[in-house]
Amino acid sequence: MKSFKTPMWRGLILASSISINIGKAGYGPVQVLHDVAISVNDGETVVLLGSNGNGKSTLLKCVMGIITPEAGEIVLNVDGKSIDLVGKAPQEVVDLGVALVPEGRRLFASLSVEENLILGAFRNAARAKIDENLNFVFETFPVLKERRRQLAGSMSGGEQQMVAVARALMSEPKILLVDEPSVGLAPILVSRMIAKIKELKELRDLTILMAEQNFNQAIKIADRGYIIVHGQIEFEGKSTQDLKDNDMIKQYYLGA
Amino acid sequence: MSAPVLQVTDLTKTFGGFVALNQVNLHLGPGERLGLIGPNGSGKTTMINCITGALNNDAGSILYEGQEIKALPAYKRARLGIARSFQIPKPFKSMTVLENLCVPLDFAARDRGEHHHIHDQAMEVLQMIGFADRAHELSADLTQVDLRKLELARALAAKPKLLISDEAMAGLSSSEVDEILEILMTLNEHGLAVIMIEHIMRAVMRFSQRIVVLDAGQKIAEGTPDEVVQNPDVERAYLGE
Repeated sequence: MKSFKTPMWRGLILASSISINIGKAGYGPVQVLHDVAISVNDGETVVLLGSNGNGKSTLLKCVMGIITPEAGEIVLNVDGKSIDLVGKAPQEVVDLGVALVPEGRRLFASLSVEENLILGAFRNAARAKIDENLNFVFETFPVLKERRRQLAGSMSGGEQQMVAVARALMSEPKILLVDEPSVGLAPILVSRMIAKIKELKELRDLTILMAEQNFNQAIKIADRGYIIVHGQIEFEGKSTQDLKDNDMIKQYYLGA
Repeated sequence: MSAPVLQVTDLTKTFGGFVALNQVNLHLGPGERLGLIGPNGSGKTTMINCITGALNNDAGSILYEGQEIKALPAYKRARLGIARSFQIPKPFKSMTVLENLCVPLDFAARDRGEHHHIHDQAMEVLQMIGFADRAHELSADLTQVDLRKLELARALAAKPKLLISDEAMAGLSSSEVDEILEILMTLNEHGLAVIMIEHIMRAVMRFSQRIVVLDAGQKIAEGTPDEVVQNPDVERAYLGE
């Protein structure tokens, strides 16, 4: 009798996406975001572009629950559920499968590389798979394996950025937020880091929202993007080409 | 050309092994409006901290009206006429607007023997920025844009010749930005030299006669707003390569 090979059961593939609608958000009385609406669909890399001080980090902090918007909703679709993140604490957001690589890395400088990575596995689902995930990030960033015992604060900027990205992956996110991975890095390291983010996205089936000032590097890996100026979305590029073709970009960045 | 208000030469500041400012030159003429811009971490705030005395530079000189000030503490630089406004206003909340102004006036007046008429002087400052009708309001009740005005008024109370405006407009709406810009323009017309650090590009481009661009601790460009916007190094610093 002929046997029929059934495809290997890989579990339900559930889409992860996020839809952000913020009416007002900022720091105490200082309002930074004004009616910002952006979305990231399953498997996309969406970039949030603009020069410094326009609200990119604030938006990511709203998603993570570090800042609570005064008005708006941030709907996360993950594991077949739909959840409003507004009012959730950062650890709850992480637990739902969203991780942030913060601007300026924010490592525990006096802890070793490995200790920093383990701290990234805060999420319950991730704690059980620390060894597996450590192996994965060490394969992806071999230099971190070599330096696993080194104090994070003693590493170069580029290596610290690798630790920060690897730490976020230790929580097994479905959605990865990356805040200005280029800050403080030499141009060659910027383009390597950007390429690495793309590689990781493909290896881990991530959905990515990346805030980045460096337009030319960011659009190398973006599917589409938004330009934020003075707390508002000034332009929505439906594709990378759309962004490249817009001859107003420089004006959005430099105001003239 | 008249003698500069500020002449910074080869200013260098390091934090451990990190070079925050590397031999930066900057000059400012009397009554000039200068914009200081640059991406995150480019050294703008470090520069301002070195000029005002919050930090001491490692190398280079800072001449204010021809006098070397790099060894002076911040309060002495303030008394010489260098004022700075801060991004997050922190007035004395239990005091009125007027009382808040009397504090720096008391401080600045000490050297000038002008201890009487403090209230009149405070009112003059408020009139100059169009804020006199709010003199008796409690500062705790002010809106954000009004707090920024009070912040500028406090800086002005020391009767500076140089005002450093550090992100006075962050978080304000477009019309509020215009209000603050107008105040800064008025102050400039009264002879005050202004250095503006600002992320709102529309504002800094409109305000500045000359712009200095920092990137990674170095001055990469200097010129009129138009020249700076056209400069390929500036485009590279902001948009990447």
